[in-house]
Amino acid sequence: MKQLVVLSGKGGTGKTTLAAAFAQIASQESAVVLADADVDAANLELVLAPEERERHEFWSGQVAVIDPALCSACGICKQVCRFEAILESQGPESSFMVDPLACEGCAACFYQCPQEAIRMEDQLAGLWFRSDTRFGPLFHAHLFAGQENSGKLVTLIKQQARLLALDRGADLLLVDGPPGIGCPVISASAGADMALHVVEPTISGVHDLERIMATTDHFGLPSLVIINKADLNLSRAQEITAYCRERKVPLVGEIPYDVDVTKAMVRGEPVTSNGRGPVTEAIRGAWSRIREGLFA
Amino acid sequence: MILAVASGKGGTGKTTIAVSLALSLAGGEGPAPMVVDCDVEEPNAALFLRPEILEREEVGQLIPEIDAAKCNYCGECARVCQYNAIAVVAERVLVFPELCHGCGSCTLNCPQGAIREVLNVMGVMERGVASGIDFAQGRLNVGEPMAVPIIRALKRWVLPPRPPTSEKASTQDRVHILDAPPGNACPVVETMRGADFVLMVTEPTPFGLHDLRLAVDVARGELGLPVGVVINRDGIGDQGVEAFCKAEEIPILMRIPLDRRIAEAYSEGLPLIEVLPSWREKLRVLYGQILEIVEQRVQRKVGEGT
Repeated sequence: MKQLVVLSGKGGTGKTTLAAAFAQIASQESAVVLADADVDAANLELVLAPEERERHEFWSGQVAVIDPALCSACGICKQVCRFEAILESQGPESSFMVDPLACEGCAACFYQCPQEAIRMEDQLAGLWFRSDTRFGPLFHAHLFAGQENSGKLVTLIKQQARLLALDRGADLLLVDGPPGIGCPVISASAGADMALHVVEPTISGVHDLERIMATTDHFGLPSLVIINKADLNLSRAQEITAYCRERKVPLVGEIPYDVDVTKAMVRGEPVTSNGRGPVTEAIRGAWSRIREGLFA
Repeated sequence: MILAVASGKGGTGKTTIAVSLALSLAGGEGPAPMVVDCDVEEPNAALFLRPEILEREEVGQLIPEIDAAKCNYCGECARVCQYNAIAVVAERVLVFPELCHGCGSCTLNCPQGAIREVLNVMGVMERGVASGIDFAQGRLNVGEPMAVPIIRALKRWVLPPRPPTSEKASTQDRVHILDAPPGNACPVVETMRGADFVLMVTEPTPFGLHDLRLAVDVARGELGLPVGVVINRDGIGDQGVEAFCKAEEIPILMRIPLDRRIAEAYSEGLPLIEVLPSWREKLRVLYGQILEIVEQRVQRKVGEGT
């Protein structure tokens, strides 16, 4: 079983669009399990028509709560809090309360409070789901607004996806990754055999590609690159081609810009569902190169 | 005035708008606007502004350092750490900097006073000037997991302390435009926190709508901030975003049509207003609308005595 994670650094380059298309093509050849690791902006489900089979609560982290009945308003909690999470009311009598959005659950205030007036409450931080799709099982999640620990939720759904993939003897675990280079990306990349970086031929895209590739290199993950909306800027596309050649990273494809991509999204389908057209052809070609690199 | 430019969905045009809005407001009355690039994982504003950097500071978190001479391996530090960032095994204390949140709890709780805190550098902050505006950005070091401490330090470094609510935001105030990261997780929350207004740049597609909903939940639902929307690449998808904004009474403050010229200019690092100068005035009008919304809100709060 091989694990491919789709990354980009830059947001909005086409990770989910391509992941859905690859899911469709790959599933025609072998058993695939899918995971949407972009837990705070999960879009893969919008083009795969998933049927939910299981949902689970994701409990992670804690938030401090001050009991006003026990609080002596000494203010020690505010002094020790490094996250500006303790608010002091402006009024004739001081009172203190925790801003749950700022609180990082470190419990420094809990341990320092001389009145033991603080308790730590477990946080229901989100939900995760196992769903069935036409192309294979999909593991996806919804992180609640303002919650932390997105990296932990990514790790959880990937673990679940991997277990099911091994259980069912699937050949491929395809992970739709988040943008950026921080902990959600690092969690999404853990255990992957290869990273596919989706880049647009723009100055921002190239800049961000360098940073995400440096990140996956740092963690020892081999890379592939695919250029999306390649005809937007031919000289930037050439720059990327040269960059890949220099770094001996395979460039697996160049996908042209096409309004059909958005139309398919609006229909709630992968872009390859019509089975033909320049985008579908380019994606098919890219997939055979990816498969070669992944299963070599 | 602190204006956060966010989106939920990546790649909708946050940096495009943040940069051109600042450039459009430059040279007007009052202090120069400042762009603060809070997308510390992948900061792009500098590619368009090409600022002259005048000041640079390494930034990170305080992590524990154990004095082996004083430590008696009691394990209290490990017991109070909520992140498993410190472990006591046999007669060794192990610190895992990538897990540490820099809260200082272990240091406070050590009965032997055997812990001191040292800076673990995770990134860098830079400050400078460009084309009549001020600029600041944070950049997370590759391989570091946590963006939030960089964003927090960056905002403390460049933003003025919050004035009391009774003071009106006015055209005399410097405007700080915070370019937020994509998504809706803690780096975005940290960027939006303390802002006066969150401008959501979205695209009229199912992905754009889905992520916009979540972003509005964070900005308006959790943080209680006023929001407004800019629809970028108007015309490409469907009416979902429009319908959502109407149902939720979120003002659509601007629409930028799908225009290959904008995309091509963007791909070469040219700000929107350089290729379409008529947008300078439109962005100034946009800012005026935001200012009005913020001022009305302040007046309401003063009226309510909150």
